[in-house]
Amino acid sequence: MRDVAVVAFAQSRHVRREQARNEVEMLMPVLHQVKADLGIDQSAIDFTCSGSTDYLAGSAFSFVMTLDGVGASPPISESHVEMDGAWALYEAWVKIQTGAADTALVYAYGKSSPGALRDVLSRQLDPYYLGPLWPDSLALAALQARACLDAGLTTVEEMAAIAARSRQAAAANAFAQLQGSDDPAVLLKEPELAAPLRLHDCPPITDGAAAVVLAAGDRARELSDSPAWIRGIDHRIEAHALGVRALTSSASTALAGERAGVGDGRVDVAELHAPFTHQEVLVRRALGLGDDVEVNPSGGPLAANPLMAAGLIRIGEAATRVSGGEARRAVAHATSGPCLQQNLVCVLEGED
Amino acid sequence: MSGVVLPEALRDVEPVRSIRTPARLEYRFTAGEASSRFLRGVARRKIYGERCGRCHKVILPPRGSCPTCGVPTSEQVELPDHGIVTTFCVVNVKFSGSAMELPYVCATVLPDGGDMGLFGMIQEIPFDEVRMGMRVEAVWVPDDELTHDLASIKWWRPTGEPDADYASYREHV
Repeated sequence: MRDVAVVAFAQSRHVRREQARNEVEMLMPVLHQVKADLGIDQSAIDFTCSGSTDYLAGSAFSFVMTLDGVGASPPISESHVEMDGAWALYEAWVKIQTGAADTALVYAYGKSSPGALRDVLSRQLDPYYLGPLWPDSLALAALQARACLDAGLTTVEEMAAIAARSRQAAAANAFAQLQGSDDPAVLLKEPELAAPLRLHDCPPITDGAAAVVLAAGDRARELSDSPAWIRGIDHRIEAHALGVRALTSSASTALAGERAGVGDGRVDVAELHAPFTHQEVLVRRALGLGDDVEVNPSGGPLAANPLMAAGLIRIGEAATRVSGGEARRAVAHATSGPCLQQNLVCVLEGED
Repeated sequence: MSGVVLPEALRDVEPVRSIRTPARLEYRFTAGEASSRFLRGVARRKIYGERCGRCHKVILPPRGSCPTCGVPTSEQVELPDHGIVTTFCVVNVKFSGSAMELPYVCATVLPDGGDMGLFGMIQEIPFDEVRMGMRVEAVWVPDDELTHDLASIKWWRPTGEPDADYASYREHV
C-alpha cells in the first residue's frame, strides 16, 4: 500500500441559503484556496474527483458547471461521484494506490436550499414501495430515534446534550452555520418537531462546499510540513429497504471501522458525520469510541450540514487536527442515505 | 413468478405488472452573480459576455468562471446581437412543450467578438439552406415580452451578408 496523506483542506463559510452565488461561484474560492495554500496550480494535480448530486440542484449533469471552476485545460484526468465527497476522496485514494496518480484534488458541494430538502431526500428511497409514500427525511430519522429510545440506547437528555455540546464547540469554528447553544435543560422545553426529535436534534439546512488535496509519500512531504496520513479507509453499505435493517445499530459503520483499523490504537479526536443527535450515539458505539475521545470539536453536522460535502469536511477537520498537532490519531466518519445506510471510516495519523 | 404461492384470497386477483408513481419537485433556481448580470442585459436587448483576465476569451453566456482557466470572470463586454452560425442541427422530432413547426433548426450562434456561442433557433430561411458560417441577427420579442431569459431572443435570422470563412470560427466549433 502507498502512504497517502491529506495535505490541504478548505471549506466555505456555511450558510442557510446562498442567495447570490451559484454553485461554481460558491465552490471556486475553496478550490483556489487549497491550491494556493500548497503553492500549486491545477497542473500539479494528477487526478480530480468531485462529489455532488443533481437532486439538490434540480438539474441534470449539474457537476459539469462546477468543473468550470477547476481549470480543466489542458485536459485533466477527472471523475465524479453522485455521493458525498468522502466517497470521491475514497476514489482518489484508490487511484493513487494504483500508481496512476501521486496527487489528487477532491471537492464537494451542495446547495440544499433550492428545493424542499425533506422531500428531495425521499427520492433516494426505492421507487416502488417507500418512495411513492414520500416519507420525509425527518420522519425516517425520528422512527430510528424512537427505536433507539425504546431500546434504551439513549435518552432525550443525552440527545439534547449532544446538540448543545456540538453547537457550543462550533462557536470556535468560523465556518459553522450554527454557533452556540442553550443548555440541554432549556432545549428540552422546546416542542417536538417530529417526535421524538426536537429542532435541536436535527441538522441545519446548509449551503456549502469543501476541498481536500491528497498526496502520496514523498510528494506529500514536499507539499506539507505536517501531512495527515490515511492509515486506514473503508466504506460499507446496508440494505436499501429500511424494513430489513436493524436501525438501532450501525453494522456498516462497525465493519468499516474494523477494516479501517479504528481499534488498533488510541483515538484522540473523532469527527463523526451523524446528522441527528441519536445517530452520534449509534456511530460512537459502532466504532467503539470511549468517553475519552473528543467528538466533533468542529461542531460536526449539527452545526453545518452541507449535503454532499459534510462527510468530506469530517475528513478535512480530522486531518486539520492531526496536522496541527492537537491529535496524534483521529477518526473521520461519513454517512449517506437514510438512517445511516452507508458509512465510510477513515483513520488519520500524524508523522511518526 | 413460478414458485410463489399466493394466499387463497389473492388467487384470482390480476397480477400487478406496472405502477405509476409520479414525482414532482419544485426548486428555486439561483442564477448566480455572473448569469444575473447577463440576464439583466438580455431583458434590455443587450448581450454581455465576460472576459477572462487570464486567457482573455469572452465567455458567453457567463456563469461565473472561465471554463478553460477556472478563474472568475468579471469584466463585462457588450457584444452585438449579430454573429455567425458555428454549428447547427435540423430537428425532426416533436417533443412536448415545443410549439415549433417541424422541421426546424437549432444552432450555436457566435456573436461577433465573443468566444463562445449562444444556443438559439434559426428562422426566416428554409431549414435546408442553413449552413455553418452563415451570418445571422437576433429577432427579439416585443418590448412588453422582454424578460430575464434567453427566450427574449425569439430566434435568429439571416442578414444576407456573405458567409464567414471557416478559418475565422474554427476555434469555436
